[in-house]
Amino acid sequence: MKALRASAWYLMLTGFAILVIGPLLWMVFTSLKSNGEATRIPPTFVPERFTADGYGTLFEGRTQAPVLRWFANSMIAATAQTLLILLVASTAAYALARLEFRGKGPLFAVIVGTLLVPSFVLLIPNFLIVDRLGWLDSLWALIVPGAAGAFGVFFLRQFFLGLPRELEEAATIEGANHLHIFVKIVLPLSRPALATLAVLSFLGNWNEFIWPIYVIFSPDYFTLPPGLSILQGAYTIDYPVIMAGAVLASVPALIIFVVAQRYVIEGVSRTGLKG
Amino acid sequence: MVDLRARSAAVVSVAPRPVRRRGRFTPLFFLAPYLVLFCLFVVVPAIFGGWISLHEWDYLLPGKPFTGLDNYLALFDPDSRVSGDFWTSMKATGIFTVASVPPLVILPLGVALLLNRRFRGRTFFRAVFFMPFVLGVAVISVMWRILLDPNIGFVNHLLGANIPWTTDLPWAWISLVGITVWWTLGFNAVIYLAGLQDIPAELYDAAGVDGANRWQRFVHVTLPGLRPVALFVTTTTILASANMFGQSFLITKGAPGVETRTTIMYIAQEGLRDYRMGSAAAMSYVLTLVLVAVSVINFRLFRSRS
Repeated sequence: MKALRASAWYLMLTGFAILVIGPLLWMVFTSLKSNGEATRIPPTFVPERFTADGYGTLFEGRTQAPVLRWFANSMIAATAQTLLILLVASTAAYALARLEFRGKGPLFAVIVGTLLVPSFVLLIPNFLIVDRLGWLDSLWALIVPGAAGAFGVFFLRQFFLGLPRELEEAATIEGANHLHIFVKIVLPLSRPALATLAVLSFLGNWNEFIWPIYVIFSPDYFTLPPGLSILQGAYTIDYPVIMAGAVLASVPALIIFVVAQRYVIEGVSRTGLKG
Repeated sequence: MVDLRARSAAVVSVAPRPVRRRGRFTPLFFLAPYLVLFCLFVVVPAIFGGWISLHEWDYLLPGKPFTGLDNYLALFDPDSRVSGDFWTSMKATGIFTVASVPPLVILPLGVALLLNRRFRGRTFFRAVFFMPFVLGVAVISVMWRILLDPNIGFVNHLLGANIPWTTDLPWAWISLVGITVWWTLGFNAVIYLAGLQDIPAELYDAAGVDGANRWQRFVHVTLPGLRPVALFVTTTTILASANMFGQSFLITKGAPGVETRTTIMYIAQEGLRDYRMGSAAAMSYVLTLVLVAVSVINFRLFRSRS
């Protein structure tokens, strides 16, 4: 009876897992089919003949779909925004966790309160602000505004508050200033939190879709997500090419997830528990 | 990917204990970089949006005449250009939210319960369920668009059917909801799982001593223990569903007609494609008010059950 229950449970788990993974496997396999096979009836799951033609067409570098540029743009934007977030969020979080100044409570309340402002409210005014700054149709629009979100500040402040103070107090007695304490003590102790924030920020920017499709106009400045929407239109029925593009956009995210799984999942769990 | 940062809205604040007072400008030094960004791209636009909504703000025209509440009134005037489309889009967002929130609150709990025991490969399975979530909406949408092709799609092949998944009702809704459940289920499951692991084992032991069976322990220990987590999951899922954009944009393109065009999609088209920004800004504030009302009701419901 117990063995039966255990195997039923394993069966359910495996069944669920196949449902989740199946479509992703199909995407990878389809990117490796010839176009003839990808559009054949009945369709195949595993390619009868593996070919990299889809990737060949993808990387040909047509002027309207410079996919390698999109890949580079995605990398640049996500990396730059992640670094910017780490810099501004950690310094602000340090001030809110460790320094005393007038209006700290209200300031923190305002910052955290904006977590509740739905992002679509900011979409149109931010478009106009970015336009005023001369950043429309440039990577600046994809890097800077998104770094203003309150999550990083909130997340790091909570972490800093949980750090033991003994080291900092000892350093203060020895005459260290706040910059020194921040760089030499707090940041090194906060590596796990910084890693979590970095991974979540990178993935968030890497996958951003609604903002780039409206603030970028030239194909040369697209990132991969809006690029996929171009591919979908340009290669309507050349499925292997579209799927090759989707695989290209997935691989870095999946690598990061596999390598930093602990940080991603624990970061997500912890935000939930704050509720 | 649903924005992780935007979904982490719930807050616990802990009173900080200051180290000591030093240079007057030290706090400013640490805060300034973030505050510049925060003001420019969060505070100013939140207010500026309200100002825009009071004007006939056409990006391409030089004059932007002040029109008071006209943009708002137009949404409630059945004869105006926008009201029909706006409320159709609100209906679309409403249908999607009502249809996607229950499965996204219940199914992940089931997955979390399946995962909440010690076994080999547990981390592996947890990662598998979470995996789709780390992919962007663009990736999963172009993928499902092809999988769901009515003629040569793999889904219809598997089912031996000829279902118009992306072009007809109710199929388009079933597709959009199903895809979103597939995509974000792991996110909610991971949150539930952390919640399950936070329930003290002693409570289960005590229930066992009292002779409670599995089901009774689930109802009397697990569910009450999960209430705060369930509130968080429900709230963030409602907000995420009400924010739906990419799936409709890429998979159904709003079809059939504009039936699956969500409010966010309509706001983006009105404001950023057709450049009628005053009207679009007014719509975004109306949607916000509706979401505030829904959140308040949701909080009340959870509280009254406790």
